[in-house]
Amino acid sequence: MQIKTVFAGFGGQGVLMMGYSLAHAAMNEGLHVTYLPSYGAEVRGGTANCTVAVSDEEIASPVASQPDFIVAMNGPSLMAFQTRIAPGGAFFLNSSIVEGRPNRADVTVFEIPAAGIASELGSPRVQNVVMMGAYVKATRLVSADTYLKSLKSILGGRKKAAMDVNRKAFSAGYDSID
Amino acid sequence: MKKVFARPTSLKDTPFHYCAGCGHSITHRLICDAVDQLGIRGITIGVPPAGCAVLAYNYFDFDMLEAPHGRGCAVATGIKRTLPDRVVFSYQGDGDLAAIGTAETFHAANRGENITVIFINNAVYGMTGGQMAPTTLLGMTSTTSPPGRSAPLDGHPIRMSEILARLDGTAYIERCAVNSPQNILRAGRAIRKAFQYQMDGAGFTLIEVLSQCPTNWKMTAAESCRWVDEVMAKTFPVGVIKDIGKGEKHAD
Amino acid sequence: MDKILISGNWACGEAAIRAGCRFYAGYPITPQNELTEYMAEHMRQAENGTFIQAESEIAAVNMVLGASAAGARAMTSSSSPGISLKQEGISALAADELPAVIVNMMRGGPGLGNILPSQGDYYQATRGGGHGDYRTIVLAPASVQELADLTMEAFDLADAYRNPVMILGDGMTGQMMEPVVFGKPRPRRYSEKYVLKGCGAGKSRFVRGLILDALRMEEHNWKLVRKYNVIAQKEVRFETFRTDNAKLVIIAYGIAARIAKGAINRLRDSGYRVGLIRPITLWPFPAQILRDTAERIGNFLVFEMSTGQMLDDVKLALDGRARVSFYGRPGGVVPTPAELAKAIVQEYQR
Repeated sequence: MQIKTVFAGFGGQGVLMMGYSLAHAAMNEGLHVTYLPSYGAEVRGGTANCTVAVSDEEIASPVASQPDFIVAMNGPSLMAFQTRIAPGGAFFLNSSIVEGRPNRADVTVFEIPAAGIASELGSPRVQNVVMMGAYVKATRLVSADTYLKSLKSILGGRKKAAMDVNRKAFSAGYDSID
Repeated sequence: MKKVFARPTSLKDTPFHYCAGCGHSITHRLICDAVDQLGIRGITIGVPPAGCAVLAYNYFDFDMLEAPHGRGCAVATGIKRTLPDRVVFSYQGDGDLAAIGTAETFHAANRGENITVIFINNAVYGMTGGQMAPTTLLGMTSTTSPPGRSAPLDGHPIRMSEILARLDGTAYIERCAVNSPQNILRAGRAIRKAFQYQMDGAGFTLIEVLSQCPTNWKMTAAESCRWVDEVMAKTFPVGVIKDIGKGEKHAD
Repeated sequence: MDKILISGNWACGEAAIRAGCRFYAGYPITPQNELTEYMAEHMRQAENGTFIQAESEIAAVNMVLGASAAGARAMTSSSSPGISLKQEGISALAADELPAVIVNMMRGGPGLGNILPSQGDYYQATRGGGHGDYRTIVLAPASVQELADLTMEAFDLADAYRNPVMILGDGMTGQMMEPVVFGKPRPRRYSEKYVLKGCGAGKSRFVRGLILDALRMEEHNWKLVRKYNVIAQKEVRFETFRTDNAKLVIIAYGIAARIAKGAINRLRDSGYRVGLIRPITLWPFPAQILRDTAERIGNFLVFEMSTGQMLDDVKLALDGRARVSFYGRPGGVVPTPAELAKAIVQEYQR
């Protein structure tokens, strides 16, 4: 098993945090994992993406030429990555913001109105965690329990209230898909 | 009979290789006098340059670490930060300090590195055979400014001491000369004072020495001593350029 | 021991501090800024630790020279263009026989190039890089864990041979995060007699590379060579991967070796008998294992993210004993395992 996911969106949407938290959870599940952020001049234009490779054996290349999953937090991300996704892969679209839909018939599409759900929770910033709720449920790469524990340890010393809203966001995303 | 003059103990008993009339050997001796007087031979680490003084470790009888050309202040920084209670000085010529090593010198001074620089200004690259230095005077001939240094073509002589004095990290900067007994005594006091400042943690100290180079100036030793006063000191006036006051600790 | 998720740049910094590095000087350059930033925060917290943001890479390496002579475990880091600037200091460290660790997170070149992962500095790293007859030990990690381990080891090797050691990573090794368990550093073994700290009441010393007398300079050169010969004999490190019964062997190092493993796994699944030799020390180069392997396998493919530099060492090692082909992607292109697999199949069938 080797699964590669690309997380992409605007700067400020918490895209790198999504990848980092997944990588953390995968590590805590005892899996091999590599997290690769985009860096340098590439991230100065206001977009961000990162790649997470999760595997039960040593990870060869950290680069995803054909990602299994793509989490697109905005429209440009969908456009940028839809040609690269592996046949049989899955898109996770932030459907409150992403208007287009993939032009690929050979992939699954999950539409999660993450930005909307986060706004309803009164905290637009947690749209990334809403998305992770849906992602974790659909991919089963890591358990919800491991993910939340990892998220808590990443947030570390921050206020308990912050973790509470993140927990709510995760549950809302988790329950948003079947 | 009372002994009034002797070779400093921190100066090795080795004949200098420098040309007759050269200012290096006098300055070497002044440094050793200061080291002896302050009793710091055992805790002094010197950094010699590339250039005529590259063999300074043949004369100084204390620990020395060679620096690549121009990097004296960077190397001295590395030593001093690792061993803050040692007395660390770099010994640099004008090309070393004010051309290839300008950045290292400027930034060590700006950081207020608690080191001392002995800056030998003889207005010429000596070791390589008399090329134009950053401190070569306007109109002065050299092997790379044969018609004389021309401001539009070659720029102006750099007054490094005055520039460094403007930096907040510098504590004490004085320009001296070693062309007369009086100037030599004064230069010796300045070097001792700079080391004392360093021992007091005052910050960056630099003593510029107008140093005669009769060989490349194509003069006799006596002529070169007069030339320092009559010509060189007009562009590079001797005296204290900056002094924050003794014992005044450099701000953390 | 705790496993933590950490980037290569941070892991390198943390491993250095754990190994007792107490002097770091550096200058910002992508893609290794996180290492400098890590040191800025953590070196200052370490007991007697010094961090200096230098005015240039040249100043940084010369500060390291001073600190090393004064007895500190010292390190500097940069990326390709900055490493070019450091060569003056690396040559001086080698001449003076001073230990130091230099990290190069390579990016695309020549010139300013770009900031993407590349392996174009192999020649520079393994041929000394600066002027004069000298060598640096070059360690090429392929994972963040290995980067952490080799960083610790680099300090021990630098001390043992009083010679600069280079960690040769790339933009990806520095940027990517992987789980790491930090090993236990060995206690430092470095004789006080080499430390320049003021002569006290004793005899003064000088540390220098300038030796004007030709015969004495020659003797210094041969002395260094004798040391390099010991290193070449004792410090070769490499990994072999699925070379048993292989018909074609790939030679790749660092991140390229990871890509090669991906390609090999795919090809093995399809029945291709391919394997990998991964040099971990680029100098000394693991020539003997190549020669030994050539006794049973006649087909080698060198894969580098460059136009072919390690290729020379492979050819020198094999000296005509086997067929050697090359696949390279310079300039910051990171090829996929599938792409490499295609190139391998072409050579496999010859």
